[in-house]
Amino acid sequence: MNIDDLAETFELLGDWEERYRFIIDLGRKLPPMPETDHNETNKVRGCMSQVWLTHQVEQGPPLKLVFQGDSDSHLVKGLIALLFQLCSDQTPQEILALDIESAFTRLGLENHITMNRRNGFYAMVERIRAMATNYAAAQTS
Amino acid sequence: MSAPFDLARIRADFPILSEKVRGKRLAYLDNAATTQKPEVVLAALDRYYRHQNSNVHRAVHELAERATNAYEGARDTIASFFNATREEIVFSRGTTESINLVARCYLAPRIQPGDEVLVTAMEHHSNIVPWQLVGAKTIAAPVNDAGELIFEEWLKLLSPHTKLVAVGHCSNSLGTVNPIEDMIREAHARGIPVLVDGAQSIAHIAVDVKALDVDFFACSAHKAYGPTGFGTLYAKREHLEAMQPWHGGGDMIKTVAFSGSTWNDVPYKFEAGTPDMSGAIGFATALDYIRSIGIDAIHAHEHAVLEYATPRVAEIPGLRLIGTARNKGGILSFVMDNAHPHDIGSILDQEGVAIRTGHHCTMPLMERFGVPATARASLAVYNGTDDIDQLVAALHKVQRLFS
Repeated sequence: MNIDDLAETFELLGDWEERYRFIIDLGRKLPPMPETDHNETNKVRGCMSQVWLTHQVEQGPPLKLVFQGDSDSHLVKGLIALLFQLCSDQTPQEILALDIESAFTRLGLENHITMNRRNGFYAMVERIRAMATNYAAAQTS
Repeated sequence: MSAPFDLARIRADFPILSEKVRGKRLAYLDNAATTQKPEVVLAALDRYYRHQNSNVHRAVHELAERATNAYEGARDTIASFFNATREEIVFSRGTTESINLVARCYLAPRIQPGDEVLVTAMEHHSNIVPWQLVGAKTIAAPVNDAGELIFEEWLKLLSPHTKLVAVGHCSNSLGTVNPIEDMIREAHARGIPVLVDGAQSIAHIAVDVKALDVDFFACSAHKAYGPTGFGTLYAKREHLEAMQPWHGGGDMIKTVAFSGSTWNDVPYKFEAGTPDMSGAIGFATALDYIRSIGIDAIHAHEHAVLEYATPRVAEIPGLRLIGTARNKGGILSFVMDNAHPHDIGSILDQEGVAIRTGHHCTMPLMERFGVPATARASLAVYNGTDDIDQLVAALHKVQRLFS
């Protein structure tokens, strides 16, 4: 689903409560992350909630990154699912071309992506970008 | 005599309370993190910069005189609020710096390897880490399931190695009010000095340092309707006289020579550099504001709101209160079965309810209760039952969304 589809869905959902319910349901539908992946390496820094991120590479061509994530917060898990709708199963170049802040602002979720050092979700976006940057650089070298 | 308690009038004193957040009425219940500021404090800060601003203690011109009078007048007001003398009030950047000052200047030169500071399991990190930084072992007395200090266990931990007792007057995570009178008496009977962390108490409970006979009392202005970045340390004069300064610079010296310098009198020898003049004046104004309402009236009001809130919050399905001490300040800490504290905070935010979520800088306490974090609503003088109704309605929404 791209950002236009998501924005349209959000329009139809109306008030914030319906939107949050939709996000929480998206989180519930995320494939469960294996218990062994809930480790320190995969943990994204953050204080309010815990967030874990792993990825797999589909060699293609073209090479694509597929993400898996989890959080102990239902809402954050839903936001992760929403983020993956935008950026998972994409090439590194496609991921880097995404303006995730604008997308979340358009969905009225900008307060979840603010530069808050306690915000594990923001840190996750940064980690995904760093990963995409590394893969993009490896391809051109 | 203070006037009868008038909630509407008190609210009108705080301009920020009329802000709308997320399009809703603001129910500000994050007062243990920081309180809002009344008009009189805002006006005092404005007046300082408009009409008094000049460096203190240094010049003979009229503005310098105005600034010095306002600044030293603030010290008198603050000292009198705590029933201390002005020489015993050291200005700092807040509770954390005050405790670090005691760790560096009092404890560090007096400890041997193996010496201990006896704290409690409910201390804020600011009352744990400064002692560890100067090499003391921190020993924590346990709390029971209600979040109360187990006094007999605390007594047993007082040992010949205990060089200092350090305790929070009121727990920021649980609201528990500690029996500091009994603790000071027992510690003194064994010749051990006591530091009380008053960050969470001064805006809610009367503090008389002389009646308590406490050795050190640390607090922050911003949790008591004053400006951020300012606080004080009360210390008995004999301790201050015996302590060496920690920061060197202007204002803390008597004489300076390349062969060696001498120190100013107390409290100035602990106040190097140009001080936070507006902070001191703002804090004194905030304490006068508290006094104008009456600390006992504030305490009674907040207690009544807590009594109203507790059963209404506790009856929400799947909610568990963390901290149910008999002697408790206006703090409600809780977890919910199906919602993470982050989830709770996010939904409440949408409903205009501001609370804190997280470990509240008390990680050992979170471990004691087996939770990574809690959601915490904390009260101040301007909160009423309408704020609680807004909180409870929002919590029911959380319960519906996540069940």
